[in-house]
Amino acid sequence: MPIHDQTYRRYTGTRMDPGSAWLVIARVGMQSMFSRKLFLWVMLAAWGQFFVRAVIFYLSANFPNLDVLAPSVETFRQFFEIQEIFVLFVTVYVGSGLIANDRRSNALQIYLSKPLTRAEYVAGKLTILLVLLLLVTLVPALALLVMEMMFSASLTFLRTNLFLIPAITLYALVEVLLAAFTMLALSSLTTSARYTAVLYAGLLFFTSAVFNILRGATGSSMLAWLSLPANLEQIGDVIFRLPPRFESPWLLSVFVVAVVIGLSALVLERRVRGVEVVT
Amino acid sequence: MTTPADPMTPVARLDNVSVRYGRQDVLHDVAAIFPPGTVGLLGPNGAGKSTMLKALLGFVRPTQGEMQVLGYDVATSPLQIRARLGYMPESDGHIPGMNAVSFVGYCGQLAGLPRSDAIQRAHEVLHYVGLGEARYRNLETYSTGMKQRIKLAQALVHDPDLLFLDEPTNGMDPKGRDEMLELVTDLATRKGVSLILSSHLLPDVEATCERVIVMHRGAIATQGSINELTERRRQVFEIRIKGDLDRYVQALEATGAECHGTDEDVMRVFVSPGQGPRDLFGVAMNQNVQVRHLRPSVPTLEDVFAEAIGEK
Repeated sequence: MPIHDQTYRRYTGTRMDPGSAWLVIARVGMQSMFSRKLFLWVMLAAWGQFFVRAVIFYLSANFPNLDVLAPSVETFRQFFEIQEIFVLFVTVYVGSGLIANDRRSNALQIYLSKPLTRAEYVAGKLTILLVLLLLVTLVPALALLVMEMMFSASLTFLRTNLFLIPAITLYALVEVLLAAFTMLALSSLTTSARYTAVLYAGLLFFTSAVFNILRGATGSSMLAWLSLPANLEQIGDVIFRLPPRFESPWLLSVFVVAVVIGLSALVLERRVRGVEVVT
Repeated sequence: MTTPADPMTPVARLDNVSVRYGRQDVLHDVAAIFPPGTVGLLGPNGAGKSTMLKALLGFVRPTQGEMQVLGYDVATSPLQIRARLGYMPESDGHIPGMNAVSFVGYCGQLAGLPRSDAIQRAHEVLHYVGLGEARYRNLETYSTGMKQRIKLAQALVHDPDLLFLDEPTNGMDPKGRDEMLELVTDLATRKGVSLILSSHLLPDVEATCERVIVMHRGAIATQGSINELTERRRQVFEIRIKGDLDRYVQALEATGAECHGTDEDVMRVFVSPGQGPRDLFGVAMNQNVQVRHLRPSVPTLEDVFAEAIGEK
């Protein structure tokens, strides 16, 4: 007599109400990423700057002749600028296949035949990218602020620059939302993760190249809004209360970023469907 | 809203449903009832079978009409429906980089099962569909037949009350096909799962289904129980002749008989009430052809199908 009946049985256990499947998608997606060695190396490299700056904070707090290294608002702004390259790596590595691979393997119809909505599917995929991007932006930046307090054993810096907490949070969110929405939209347009990565990198470099050519030709940075990275830099300067680096209005940059995110959401709404209709 | 507690309450129904893809009418004013049990959705490629299933799943929105599945309105309660429904799509579908256990377990969690239950059910269902030994293999290494089985497993993992099987034996070898049909029959007869099986293969439907809905060019050509549909037909004979076939067929049809060609060199002749072998021989004698083979036969689903879609 078998100790366990392995045939098909009706299920009598509990079931969760619809609405939580996006959490399953996000959890399994993140687990899958953390099981990859290459991704762990990318994350380790992305935290390199944090460790270096933490050491600098320690030195400046404990050796008075090194107070030239003391942190300032610019330090945190620069931290984000340097992290941009890791944002690009993580976005491309994690995001390029998120929907493209599902489209390639016809997984969308499997997902959408379960009790989850298209919005939940997108929310799950978006959460994977958002969380992993926040792990290389928001989390190390806030951790750096905590390090500063710990090493200096004082709240003076934080009290003087209390706006840094919302500034770091807001800028990190703008940066990762733009990257995540744009990447997911591009991923939904193709069935190849590699092609999506090329499209995303092309979008960033092409818009920057166009802006720099026009800047060289006109001698003005009024057209900075044409470049996605320049828009982020402009918004970042304003959020960190620093003088904007380009002549174009920063509100225009906010508008462009909002339009790109909106367009990406529209693309996702059109492309994430259980059935593809070719007319 | 009603729930199908009554065994005769339909598991799915469509009321005058039309679906358009762009300018093309894919379903046209379709009205159909799927009672509990096994229902075959039969029709040639492009008849609208898969579209009907996708409309019932809520993947495509009809331009007119209403649909109900398991007592829920498809337009307003798609999630409640999908929580109790399993869908085995026609095309290959899997999640890249996963093995069978993680894929099926993942599907169970997506369907609302707690993680531990989903993994346990994944193992059970994979054994049931015959993938027990291969359950830790990456799905991308699976053969066509194994991919069909894994699609069935993911549709079953959350223990649905209703299964939509879209061409479940596509690409399978004869042994695998028989095993798949046995699984389908077992699910319907022993496990109490209602099934809608879409196929263009008559033997698959005939082997597994009690009822059939024949579709043609986006409309219902005929529907009913297979027994009723085949009994409703006239007496049939298989006949092979030597001589002018066209002239003989014309003469037979003039008497009210109906002739259908087959893949072999015999034709199937449906005679009018009151007609019999004597009449077939009489017409042959008049047309100066020899009857080389004459055997009474029984009407089959193939005959019903051929008549429904107007095939001769």
